[in-house]
Amino acid sequence: MTKRYFVPLLVVTAAMFAYAPILIANAPYESTMGLVQKIFYFHVPSWFAMFTAVFICGIQSAIYLFRGRAASDRVAAAAGELAVVFGLLGLVTGPLWGRKSWGVWWQWDARLTIALLLELTFIAYLLVRKYGGPGSEKLAAAVGIFGMANVPFLYMSVNIWRTIHPPTSVVPTLPAGMPGPFWFSVAAFMLLLTILMTLRVRLEQQRAALDELYLALEE
Amino acid sequence: MLRRACLVVFSVVGSIAALAAQQPPGGFVPIEQLPPSEQLPSAPLLVAAYVFVWLALMVYVWSVWRRLGRVEAELRALEQKTRK
Repeated sequence: MTKRYFVPLLVVTAAMFAYAPILIANAPYESTMGLVQKIFYFHVPSWFAMFTAVFICGIQSAIYLFRGRAASDRVAAAAGELAVVFGLLGLVTGPLWGRKSWGVWWQWDARLTIALLLELTFIAYLLVRKYGGPGSEKLAAAVGIFGMANVPFLYMSVNIWRTIHPPTSVVPTLPAGMPGPFWFSVAAFMLLLTILMTLRVRLEQQRAALDELYLALEE
Repeated sequence: MLRRACLVVFSVVGSIAALAAQQPPGGFVPIEQLPPSEQLPSAPLLVAAYVFVWLALMVYVWSVWRRLGRVEAELRALEQKTRK
């Protein structure tokens, strides 16, 4: 089933990523920030993909921790790595935009600091899995759940605390001409996340099969 | 009488000083009117952001592909070994 849909999904995603820059170039200029605001069309979808990966990791980690389902642990490991990749995209594109619109690369305010902490939490998740030794999957699962619990704080931080980052009301109130390219980019990033998850879960499955084979050989 | 005159003088001087403090500094120039050499260009930042996203994703896809290829090759080799 997965194999049947993988190639068509890959073709659609590649076509969407090729077409997205054309749509973004034709989108209207934001009146105060001008050209640099077009970073928004990749920056925000990166965070959407990161949050999705974090939720997948957190939920699958909880299933693994409380029910001991090994397949959930494999999905969580794949999602944890993708959370780091998409978080990195958001953390790099954000300061490039901020340098022009805020005059600074970085500000230690609530939104930016929690975003960095979330990224560090999932880097810690990967490090625990890789170097934690036997049984580290359970410790990593707890880190994954803890990381997921940070997301609501990160999302709401701009509405609760005084920060230089725009509030969450920006996306629902985009001016005419901007929602089309924006939601197109979000769809492209979500499809990319699906493809990368499929590949990454397959890698975890093959690793598990290899471990089982080595164990069988030893016995 | 003298106290009242002093109070009026201090109030007037204080008001003028406060008003002067609220004036924008003489050297203020809106950002749009700055010469191009002193403005931060948007295009390099935008291009850097897009290039980084594309490069990072390509490197990641290549990394997953390589890891998957290595594990599958090891798996095939091991399966052949067990058959023998």
